[in-house]
Amino acid sequence: MPEHILLRHRDIPDLHQLEVYLQHGGYEAFKKAVTTMTPQQVIDEVRNSGLRGRGGAGFPTGVKWGFLTKAFPRYVVANSDESEPGTFKDRELLERNPHQFFEGLMIAAYAAQANLAYNYMRGEFWNIALRLDAALDELRARGFLGQNLFGAAYSLDIHNHLGAGAYICGEESALLESIEGKLGQPRLKPPFPADKGLYNKPTVVNNTETLANVPFIIAKGAAEYRKFGTEKSPGVKVFCLSGNVNRPGNYELELGKFTLRQLIDDFGGGAPGGKKVKAILMSGASSNVLMGTDDVLDAPMDYETIQAKGAALGSASVIVVDESVDMAWLTLKTTRFFKHESCGKCTPCREGTYWMLNLLERLNKNDAVKADVDLLNTVAAQIQNKCLCPLGEFAIAPVLTSLKQFRADFDAHTKDAAKKPAPAARPAPARPAPAKAAEPAPAGD
Amino acid sequence: MLRIPYCVAYGIREINVLAEKYRLEIDKILAKYPPEHKRSAVMPLLYLAQTEYGCLTQTAMAEVGDLCGLSATQVAGVVGFYTLYHDHPAGRRYVQICTDLPCALRGADKFADDLCQKLGVKLGGTTKDGAFTVEAVMCLAGCAKAPMFQVQDADGLHYHESESAEKPMTVEQAVSILEGYQKK
Repeated sequence: MPEHILLRHRDIPDLHQLEVYLQHGGYEAFKKAVTTMTPQQVIDEVRNSGLRGRGGAGFPTGVKWGFLTKAFPRYVVANSDESEPGTFKDRELLERNPHQFFEGLMIAAYAAQANLAYNYMRGEFWNIALRLDAALDELRARGFLGQNLFGAAYSLDIHNHLGAGAYICGEESALLESIEGKLGQPRLKPPFPADKGLYNKPTVVNNTETLANVPFIIAKGAAEYRKFGTEKSPGVKVFCLSGNVNRPGNYELELGKFTLRQLIDDFGGGAPGGKKVKAILMSGASSNVLMGTDDVLDAPMDYETIQAKGAALGSASVIVVDESVDMAWLTLKTTRFFKHESCGKCTPCREGTYWMLNLLERLNKNDAVKADVDLLNTVAAQIQNKCLCPLGEFAIAPVLTSLKQFRADFDAHTKDAAKKPAPAARPAPARPAPAKAAEPAPAGD
Repeated sequence: MLRIPYCVAYGIREINVLAEKYRLEIDKILAKYPPEHKRSAVMPLLYLAQTEYGCLTQTAMAEVGDLCGLSATQVAGVVGFYTLYHDHPAGRRYVQICTDLPCALRGADKFADDLCQKLGVKLGGTTKDGAFTVEAVMCLAGCAKAPMFQVQDADGLHYHESESAEKPMTVEQAVSILEGYQKK
């Protein structure tokens, strides 16, 4: 790609400074929106651009904005909670190109006719928040935030709000609860935030990267934006490449114009030691696991194609897993994450992740039998479709798809496996099975 | 400017060290949220209290509750829910190593074990001199620069990442980073 649209700081040094951002057309789109467009025109433009949410769900952004019910005040909240394992794109945007994100947030606020917007960042972004607080002060001083902006009748202020280490707050209703000073637990939907969101008022919640797309769309028009990507998946996307690759990092690519193989091999330099790609997690730890087959690797990366392959493009956090990795270990890792991050509100998720972790820990110590692998499958299947928010589904996605496609990896750890157990982190117990009556099972961590 | 005593300004009757010491900061925090939704300020106020008290003691939680209209129990609920709030004393700093999947695929588990060995602690434990509590934590959005860790202290949170995939951080480098903190 010749020039970046989102990661513009890679083309323009010091873009995080307001002065530099202004020299490169900064806040022109916001000014254009406020002084020459109605909120509805802004919503229509974004809807026509075909921009879809970049946080995971992939919902059309303009459509979401159009759902706001006719009540005031309204709020716009940026979801900068970025906690999905394998995702680190919003962090780069907030650190290096924050003004483009703020401009997108401001345009979204104007479109929603909100006079107050919040940027919810995960607590670990502490140092970024310090810089962004200063940036907001600068914007207030320069008249980009405040009363009667650009002489129009529109007023806006933005505040940063730091979370404190809870993955669940990336779920939009949990995020709103968290801003309200409550535990970050998801709400029952409906009502959706567009109807009853922050402080029970109509609210738009958008991901950081989604918002960073908006200034381009308003400045150059939906048609120009649609020149990137495909008909159904227009635009550009930041792909976070991590795991077993030589050059992990963020890569901004047009949607649907590159295959997974190109991302992993051409941009990422392939797996270390020339190993084969065994599996791919397309949207972080919450993905359905895809096998590293030619069919998958040669698939163009857009929302529809990845969906057809059995996963979701989601946040495009591509974790590459090479052939040396044991999938029983991998699911232990993802399950430990979701067990830790389950907010405890819904029983199937709270209890189910606990028991899945128990089984997987036993399995990884080579202390399980084949029936335990079936039990793992059963426990996971019982969480499905029974939780208020997607975390339950996220927790079981890698487990169920790994069991389906890499069952041998799990069976190899069982005592009654046909073959000798695969080499594992810990040696198998010396004594045969029946003698293990009162062996204390140490908790994982 | 007329200074109303903090107890009148915030409607607090008892002694509140936070309100006395951090009037300016507290006003700034409360101004971020609609006045009828003071409760929203609980998270930033807890960070402030944690800085002042080292950890969130009963007193700290009660003071925060007074400032944002919550009971001490409600504040304790919030503290218990989020991992970056600590309700018991630990080392002067937390060393939080990411051992989640993307980092683990790049050797973060071994890195964590080796670093613990160097520091003479077990994961979750505190060094003998009380300087560091070492923990394994969930993803910190630094996956491209694994292994990596953050240090949480009174000044906030600080990321320490590998230079690149080709040059992963060594345990020796991590130790020297931590030694830098002790000189502060």
